[in-house]
Amino acid sequence: MTTFDTNLSKAELKLSMSRLFLRKRLMNFALPAAVLAYLAYVFFAFDVQGLWQKASLENARTLVSDSYSYKTHVTRDNRSGDVSVAVEGERKGAYPDGMSPDWVDLGETTVIDLEDGHVVTFGPHTIEYMIPGYGLVRATPNRSAGVQAELPPGEVPDWISVSKNRLAVKTAAGRLTVTRNRAEVFRYFAGWELFFFTLDSPYYGIGAAELMQRAATGEAGAIFQEFWTNKMWRHQDVAWAIAETLLMAFLGTIGAGLIALPLAFVATRNFMPVRTLRFAMRRFFDFVRGVDSLIWTVVLARAFGPGPLTGALAILVTDTGTFGKIFSEALENVDQKQIEGVASTGAKPVQRYRFGVIPQVTPVLLSQLLYFLESNTRSATIIGAITGGGIGLLLTQAIITQKDWEEVAYYITLIILMVMLMDWFSGWLRRKLISGSDQPPMRKQAEGKPFLLP
Amino acid sequence: MADLTAARPAVDEIREHYTAHIQRKRLYGGILLAVFVALMAAGFRTADNRNAGSFADGFTRVFDYPSEVLAEAAEKAVQLPGHLVHFFPALVETLNIAAASTLVGAVFGTLLSLLATRGMAPWPTLIPLFRRISDICRAIPEIVIALVLIFVLGGGPVPAMIAIAIHTAGALGKLFSEVNENASLKPVEGLSSVGATWAQRMTLGVIPQVGPNYVSYALLRFEINIRASAILGFVGAGGIGYELKNAMSWGQGRYDEAAAIFLLLFITIVAVDQLSGLLRDRLTHGAKA
Repeated sequence: MTTFDTNLSKAELKLSMSRLFLRKRLMNFALPAAVLAYLAYVFFAFDVQGLWQKASLENARTLVSDSYSYKTHVTRDNRSGDVSVAVEGERKGAYPDGMSPDWVDLGETTVIDLEDGHVVTFGPHTIEYMIPGYGLVRATPNRSAGVQAELPPGEVPDWISVSKNRLAVKTAAGRLTVTRNRAEVFRYFAGWELFFFTLDSPYYGIGAAELMQRAATGEAGAIFQEFWTNKMWRHQDVAWAIAETLLMAFLGTIGAGLIALPLAFVATRNFMPVRTLRFAMRRFFDFVRGVDSLIWTVVLARAFGPGPLTGALAILVTDTGTFGKIFSEALENVDQKQIEGVASTGAKPVQRYRFGVIPQVTPVLLSQLLYFLESNTRSATIIGAITGGGIGLLLTQAIITQKDWEEVAYYITLIILMVMLMDWFSGWLRRKLISGSDQPPMRKQAEGKPFLLP
Repeated sequence: MADLTAARPAVDEIREHYTAHIQRKRLYGGILLAVFVALMAAGFRTADNRNAGSFADGFTRVFDYPSEVLAEAAEKAVQLPGHLVHFFPALVETLNIAAASTLVGAVFGTLLSLLATRGMAPWPTLIPLFRRISDICRAIPEIVIALVLIFVLGGGPVPAMIAIAIHTAGALGKLFSEVNENASLKPVEGLSSVGATWAQRMTLGVIPQVGPNYVSYALLRFEINIRASAILGFVGAGGIGYELKNAMSWGQGRYDEAAAIFLLLFITIVAVDQLSGLLRDRLTHGAKA
């Protein structure tokens, strides 16, 4: 095609060139146009417009604000008049009787200071909210007559909703809800509440400096115990979950490598003279790889039940196929001369494999194993969410409750850190083991097919 | 002759050194192996203990479920083609999720990689920032974003697509920037000498050099993304995974449907695997003459 025939006249040459250029130019437009057309098709196939209407901005707002802030509930039981204070309204975060944060003044009339002049008062009979710039909102809950609300004169603003049985006020400082049975004030704070110690712990509210001091005087174990058994954030369970996830990835990857290595010899042209066996082993690898990890997970979960072992086995089975394929390709590329050299010293077959073959393929094998160890940490999170094990399970549970978004944010942060740490660790180990120094890895890859990257 | 006698202690010394070295190496190797085996054994026992069913019990039952499914599917073999047709749209949705997310991810991955490669980045001081961004995108498992987005957007293919696209952008960003590092900068310099803008320099100077490798990596990613989108369907993001979950939760009596879905998924993955393998071979080694 590109032979330059000197017999061609100038005009012909020009014609063919301009045709070539036209084709290239058309290709330049056709390719992006095809991609755009496909994306447009997907836009309608996925019903993106319908989705926009379905999307819940309210959900998004609670998700975002809840992930970095928390609210403290001050609740008055309107029948008994008892007032309780609890973080997130949960029993685990409740203040002990008689104890309250300093912005709540318990007593006959409870005064709740929401700052910036916003003050809520729980009286014996009435509930009052002083809103600066607007006025006093008064509500009198009554068993028979519902909630009688008195507002300042004028139109009711949209952040106040009044009905016969309910009054709700939403301001920047907090939120007040009064129903027949109870009155509730939410005050919002930034941060993750009770992350270190819960309210019933003796170490709650103690500064870092004093904690260090106490730890130095022999309380370190007790302090750690209080932190470790935190009922709100369950640090112990989370640590176990992360360990389980890492365990799944480790057992699955290494196990798959150990199983795949001997099998890979069977699938190579240079070590396996029997063609049918070689062919069968290759198809076996293809089959195991083709039956997706999702299907393996489902099948294995039936046999082994939920837990880390199931996840490890699912990773093991899927990766046996992948490793088998990669390893057999690496083994087909070994240099025959080294094996001959070892054989010439009178080495037996086992020794020939040990000293002639293994040293040649070890770098490829190790680097692949380590690549997959990192990627399987991620897979283990996902498989854990399906089979029920590890941090994946905790994450799905927290998301299903639809309110513990601060825990979701915490788990996501931990997962990202875990994967990045594994990424760094596997890269470091790869450099150490393969080049024996801290030099950056060689980018050159083995001859043959491009890497099957995870 | 005098040399030989003088060299004798040296040879002994060398041999001693050598044997000591070998012994030390063997000892280290042995210790490492022992630690490794102990770690594997301990890990296995921990996993076994924390699992609902034990390995010894479950091992005999591994093939129970597949054989049940196959038996029922064989019984109702007549309905199988019908099921295959019935679930085909779901498969197309899964494929669409994978393809769209690969495309979107590749576009963002290209941008990230160009912004993070020395010599091509328009703001060299921001290179570490873009590297970290692609690291973080790569580190997030798809399921995390998918689950959060399902809460906000409701179930369906779009959350899965966005989730996979984010991960793909990070993963491809890293691979692409490795490709970029091997590209020649001379065309870029030439283009900048005639006053080309950054976008022109990249599209005309870099992309033609790295294009085949990009496409090859993107194809690989497409393969991986099909698997990922099937898995995400299982947690409520539509597509074939969702149908599989439904068919499975029906339990016995609907196993023929599960079998049909297994079959569809298997055929698709194998077909795409083979096709993209062929294409990648062509792209990296050129067409066979």
